[in-house]
Amino acid sequence: MTFTPISLSWYRRLTSLALTLLLTCVLASSALASDPDAEIKQAIGGASQETWQDVGSTDNYIDSRAESTYSLINASGETWRQIRNTWVSPGGAIAILGMLAVLVVFYLIVGRKTLDEPLTGRMMLRWTALERALHWTMATLFILLALTGLNLLFGKLIFRPLFGDGFWAPMIAGTKLVHNYLGPLFSIVLILVLAKWLTINIPKKHDWTWFKQGGGVVGNAHPDAGFANGGEKAWYWLLASAGLVVVVTGLIMDFPIFGQSRDTMQWMNVLHGIGSLGLTAVALGHIYIGTLGMEGAFSAMKTGYVDEAWAKQHHNLWYEEVMNKADAEPKEKAVDDGTAKAHRPN
Amino acid sequence: MTKMKFVCDAERCIECNGCVTACKNANETAWGIQRRRVVTIDDGKPTEVSISVACMHCDDAPCMAVCPTDCFHKTDDGIVLHDKDLCIGCGYCLYACPFGAPQFPKQAAFGERGKMDKCTYCAGGPADTKEEEYEKYGANRIAEGKLPLCAEMCATKALMAGPTDTLTDLFRERMEKRGQSLDAWQPMHNDQSSETAATLNLDRMAYDASRQV
Repeated sequence: MTFTPISLSWYRRLTSLALTLLLTCVLASSALASDPDAEIKQAIGGASQETWQDVGSTDNYIDSRAESTYSLINASGETWRQIRNTWVSPGGAIAILGMLAVLVVFYLIVGRKTLDEPLTGRMMLRWTALERALHWTMATLFILLALTGLNLLFGKLIFRPLFGDGFWAPMIAGTKLVHNYLGPLFSIVLILVLAKWLTINIPKKHDWTWFKQGGGVVGNAHPDAGFANGGEKAWYWLLASAGLVVVVTGLIMDFPIFGQSRDTMQWMNVLHGIGSLGLTAVALGHIYIGTLGMEGAFSAMKTGYVDEAWAKQHHNLWYEEVMNKADAEPKEKAVDDGTAKAHRPN
Repeated sequence: MTKMKFVCDAERCIECNGCVTACKNANETAWGIQRRRVVTIDDGKPTEVSISVACMHCDDAPCMAVCPTDCFHKTDDGIVLHDKDLCIGCGYCLYACPFGAPQFPKQAAFGERGKMDKCTYCAGGPADTKEEEYEKYGANRIAEGKLPLCAEMCATKALMAGPTDTLTDLFRERMEKRGQSLDAWQPMHNDQSSETAATLNLDRMAYDASRQV
């Protein structure tokens, strides 16, 4: 009995509520529909100008690509491109071609550095078989890496138009393979060489004098030099600094499996380029001195032996040291017979 | 010749990833390769905004400038394509690209990455046969007179593809409706058609388009 009035009042309330809701919806929708432009204006998102300015540097983003660490804009990409294309590559070309030009001019004007005194025929052991093996392994790898590296940087300007894509495609693919697989091997050999020759390359006071006299390259000055002269030590320390930079940056680029960012790779590439192009230019000077530039130098790394006259002229301190030791030892082991053992200060 | 471009209206992008799926489907890209991505900034905040990105087919493309093999070329329509036969997978294009567009099927020791893959504007790439083209680069819808599928399928028409002029007109219309400033278009009516003026206009347009009314 008491149920009826209550349910009736509930029914009335529900009906009025439904009507009110319906009315609101109709009114609201008609109000919006009457001014779509206003709706468009209201619908504009909250992104500000600052949001867009920061897209290159903000960490406040998500990317629908799996495992992506790429922000919306890679702002440093263009910087890297400019550094690489307007400074590193032309700079490297200038350094290497410039060095070649200087060497050619030097050879034409000054010519080969000859020995002041005639060869004695008495030979002194300068480089052991192990040292020569290390040197030539490193030299071969260096030349291969330099040539492939230069091809990666400049090849497209020369070989692609020259030979066409049919040749260029396998050539550049092979170049990358050689560069990427021999690079780590070079790293190992470089470290072995640096370790092996550390003791003979400790800078001494007379090395500074050697540099002040220009190493006796021009003129007839013969500045003091030990087993390694100032120039050789400079080359050693250049390899120990720039060489290691090239090796480390190269390894970081060669093994992109540790989550290196694009920014890291850009800097590694710039350092690798500057270091390796510079070393290539200096290596040309080293190759020149060791072959064409100086009489008697090449046989040292070929046979391991140098003539006494050569040693006396170019490495006087070493010569004297060896001679003193040789005098103290039994005659049959002296330098006279060409099989001297007391040859090295280390 | 007109230049083909993408434009993504960030006010309209609803982060549905339809473009990503459409692209993947049209081009049958390899596992792990996703030519288009949607970047969301300020995710979950009132200022959240999303935008769809892929290769933007730059006028002065950094990838082309740094490629050691010179494998890129630009079509008459301004589309940046690359030759997978020449690509050595060095990764330089990725380091230079402003949009993170180039992708590689793998990333292993000794720089083994495989051939680079990126958005082709659904314009395929250099190949001898149609089958080879599809295998290497995916669809060539441009050859069939169609626009890239990502833009065609965008539900809110946030992502648009087409000739630059058409896109600018469309975008200007939208900004006008929203009550945003149209200053960027003003000098275009003058004879300031130099590249610098165009860049300035783009900057101003970007500023205007992101300004709240």
